[in-house]
Amino acid sequence: MADSGDITLACAQLWKVFGEGDLAGGLGASGAEAAALADSLRAEGHIVGCCDIDIEIKRGEFFVLMGLSGSGKSTLLRCLSRLTEPTAGRLTLDGEDFLNAGPKALMDIRRRKMGMVFQHFGLFPHMTVLDNVAFPLKVQGVGNGERENRARQMVSLVGLEGREAAYPHQLSGGQKQRVGIARSLAVDPEIWFLDEPFSALDPLIRWQMQSELLRLQNLFHKTVVFVTHDFIEAVRLADRIAIMKDGRVVQIGTPEDIVLNPADAYVSEFVKEAPRTKIIKVSQLMEPVEGDDAAEQGLDPGMTLEDALTWSAERGGTLSVTDTAGRTIGRIVPERLSAALSGARLD
Amino acid sequence: MTSAELTRRIGFATAPPAALAWLCVLIFAGVVTFAKTSLPWLQIYPASGVIPLADWVNAAIDALVSVVEPVTRGIALLLEWPMLGLRDLLQWTPWPIALLAVALLAFHAAGLRLALLCGVALVYIALAGFWHQAMNTMALVGIAVPLSLTIGLAAGIWAQRTKIGAGIVPPTLDMMQTMPTFAYLIPLLVLFGFGPVVGLIASAIYACPPMVRNVRLGLTRVPSEIAEAARISGSSRYQQLFWVELPAAMAQIKVGINQTIMAALSMVIIASVIGGFDDIGWEVLSTMRKARFGESLLSGAVIVILAVVMDRISAAYAGRGRAQVGTTAKSWQLSPWTWATAGLVAFCLLLKALGLDLAIDGPAWAHEFAAWINTQLDGFVASSGQLLTDLKNAAFYYYLLPIRIGFSQAILPFTWGFTFTAEMQWGYWIALVLLTGLLILRGRWRSGGALMVAGYLLFFGLTALPWAVFFAWALLLAWQLGGCRLLLFVGGALAFILVTGMWERAMLSLYLCGAAVAMSFVLGASLGVWAAASGRVSAVLRPIADTFQTIPLFVFLIPVLMFFQVGEFTALLAIIAYAFVPALRYTENGLRQVSPQLIEVAVEQGCTKSQIFWQVKLPLAMPAILVGLNQTILYGFAMLVIAALVGTTGLGQQIFLALGAADTGLGLTAGLSMALLAMIADRMLQAIARQRFEGMQ
Ligand SMILES: Nc1ncnc2c1ncn2[C@@H]1O[C@H](COP(=O)(O)OP(=O)(O)O)[C@@H](O)[C@H]1O
Ligand SMILES: [Mg+2]
Repeated sequence: MADSGDITLACAQLWKVFGEGDLAGGLGASGAEAAALADSLRAEGHIVGCCDIDIEIKRGEFFVLMGLSGSGKSTLLRCLSRLTEPTAGRLTLDGEDFLNAGPKALMDIRRRKMGMVFQHFGLFPHMTVLDNVAFPLKVQGVGNGERENRARQMVSLVGLEGREAAYPHQLSGGQKQRVGIARSLAVDPEIWFLDEPFSALDPLIRWQMQSELLRLQNLFHKTVVFVTHDFIEAVRLADRIAIMKDGRVVQIGTPEDIVLNPADAYVSEFVKEAPRTKIIKVSQLMEPVEGDDAAEQGLDPGMTLEDALTWSAERGGTLSVTDTAGRTIGRIVPERLSAALSGARLD
Repeated sequence: MTSAELTRRIGFATAPPAALAWLCVLIFAGVVTFAKTSLPWLQIYPASGVIPLADWVNAAIDALVSVVEPVTRGIALLLEWPMLGLRDLLQWTPWPIALLAVALLAFHAAGLRLALLCGVALVYIALAGFWHQAMNTMALVGIAVPLSLTIGLAAGIWAQRTKIGAGIVPPTLDMMQTMPTFAYLIPLLVLFGFGPVVGLIASAIYACPPMVRNVRLGLTRVPSEIAEAARISGSSRYQQLFWVELPAAMAQIKVGINQTIMAALSMVIIASVIGGFDDIGWEVLSTMRKARFGESLLSGAVIVILAVVMDRISAAYAGRGRAQVGTTAKSWQLSPWTWATAGLVAFCLLLKALGLDLAIDGPAWAHEFAAWINTQLDGFVASSGQLLTDLKNAAFYYYLLPIRIGFSQAILPFTWGFTFTAEMQWGYWIALVLLTGLLILRGRWRSGGALMVAGYLLFFGLTALPWAVFFAWALLLAWQLGGCRLLLFVGGALAFILVTGMWERAMLSLYLCGAAVAMSFVLGASLGVWAAASGRVSAVLRPIADTFQTIPLFVFLIPVLMFFQVGEFTALLAIIAYAFVPALRYTENGLRQVSPQLIEVAVEQGCTKSQIFWQVKLPLAMPAILVGLNQTILYGFAMLVIAALVGTTGLGQQIFLALGAADTGLGLTAGLSMALLAMIADRMLQAIARQRFEGMQ
């Protein structure tokens, strides 16, 4: 879980406008003003990829960018890694101005701190699996023997032992993406960018790969920036989600926050398809009360709505919530449980 | 018929401005024709209006040469050194060793069949007694190709990576590919001095456009994610380009390498007109000049062999699957090939050390064979000379001459058997006007206009046409097809030809090229239709077409010259033999690629076979066929210059004369005029394609 306060990557008032012309001077606007500016830029024929983005990503956090296709997720991700130069705004990495880094410094930061996984795998067609995985090490100038050892280690980490000598075109989609993941982790980066890594895969494989990813994240605790258009995927993986629309971030929050309190109709659309009962937690539904020792065991605050429902079905009446020390910390009326289930707003 | 229907039918409602413009231009043509005496400067461009551009260019070049001569001579020396070194090495290498090496390479590239083919082909070269000349040619190619590939790679990367490069490179390539081959040689001759190095430099320059194009295309097609994966790994620009992007684009680049090799060989052969290197092109040329066609044929076959061997081997490497592309250097080092090569070199050294002379000069019977061909040929020409002459005359009097000087002058009693009397001429015009009127009444004003123009053209002839009329037609057509931009381009290009005094020559070139292209296209397209309809025909025609495309243009002159001597008819045949291939290929491919679903729909609706062909297949294949026509025209122009060797008048002849006199100014203006004619045709066809087939493909 995120270690709050320790910010790795942050951007403020970040803009990316594609197309001709020098706009950097005129993009200071924020808030509603920014939305109006973006509209007028679009009317002039510019393509606004990102518009006034403020995001702070904490160390070890799994941060997901979610939105419909064309909403600017990839553009934002590429701005954060400076694969694309932002048109305006500030970008800080470990507290230092990242936009100020010159070409050499940028190269160095990428070699040591960044790894990236691509939607269509981005594997080098002329290299074997092993050479692909070893590539970032080769770029760093790591010697032959050490490079091969490390690459073999990574290949077995993603479960591809025995396929080291295969070429990308000889692998299935899932296997290709395992290679992509191994390559992106080869230099043990601090920040791990993933741009829709599983969107090109079949649903079943996608589910497996998500589990695999969670396993790796539990192992390494990277700072992750993950892009997806699949809300269920976002909810399953994220510590926090930023929901994007037309280049703007419309809501940032934990999956539970978003499911319970969608900021607008656009977000509600996504939330509809989410398995609410598996996401919403008891702690978000209860009315807090002064802690006193409970007469009997109540609901656990980390319990999901689904579990709470099963539990309450056996009891009835107002339910109490108890912490690990056995003290009552809150109360839930069953109507509130069913309201949460039906998708009504809860404030 | 209501009056509204009438106007609709006449077509005024659909396209009045263009139709009216054509009417005006036709009236203008009539006025110019009838006002012959009062407006003579509209007939023939006055000499006083000619700008002496050629002289200016020469003066500029002379000034330039005096400054840069030390540098260019230095470069020439620098290139001469490895070229002579390679030549000596190739000459020194015993021919069986070279043969084995090539066979080994062919085997590595594509297996036993190609190895055998190459082996047999090289044995022929040795036995026919042209080993020496062939190796000289290979020495030129061997230096020109790496040079060309390097230039091409650099220019391709530059064009793909930088804005300036992307702005400069593509139009330069367009220009280079339409510029006649001989025209390259002249400024190089002046700059670098007479000698084989000029051929080398010309080949290196001439052959690089395909490499540039393919490098650029390959790099552009590298998926952005692959480039990003390299960047996010922290690659430097150098690492990104040379470790990732170029290898990932290799399949495309190999296609470029193959094409560059073939272009270099072609230009080396053409450049042999400079002489002085005793290469195989020179052998063909000199025997052809002496009318010793036996030797020409045998040495021409050597050129074909060199071309085919080089093409097949490099194409085999280019066409390999990805799995093999990735073979690492390590496995190559350990492979038997290394050992085989090393063994071969050792064996060769041993033989030489033992003092064995393996040089081959061609046995006596090879010369006898050539002599025998000569006698047979003489015999054949003597026995069927009348037939050949009749054929030649018929094509000349009934096809070429009317296009050139028009019916009004071509129809004479001793050729056509009657006089084109005033009554007949009136009849011709009345019939023409009636037919045009009929077409317009049926709403087909485009066809009507085209018929009128064609009738006018055939009456007066292309070379006797007043320049102002031609100019006006071309401008109007350009405007109609491509708007103001095309109009400006065509206007500028024709004005250049006019004011440099090249107009008459240009019309002579245009007439011959037009006549040849028309026949090439009809022949090629018909064969293409046939091949698309029958798999067996296709199986026969395909390898022939492939081989024809790899043969350096020069060789096409031999057989036609053998039978028809020097003249325009010979040039016509040579152009047709070379230029029908793209028409065939594109027509066949276009027809074959029509989606089977669409044909099924047509069958479903009960179309007959001929309906399916005319209503479904042909229209759908039209964009591809149009590209074929475009290519045919460019091929026609390319061959037209070479055909100057067998006696044509026009721009080609001028360029050839300029080559002999090292007259850069004349060579460049004539060459540029020809390039501009080709570009006008190219742009107009592209405009048609855009206008007609937008969105179809
Ligand atoms: N290189 C580019 N040039 C111009 N427009 C671009 C470029 N990259 C992305 N865009 C545009 O920016 C918008 C956001 O794209 P993107 O970030 O790829 O969306 P997402 O990843 O959310 O599907 C789209 O309208 C897209 O067309
Ligand atoms: Mg995207």
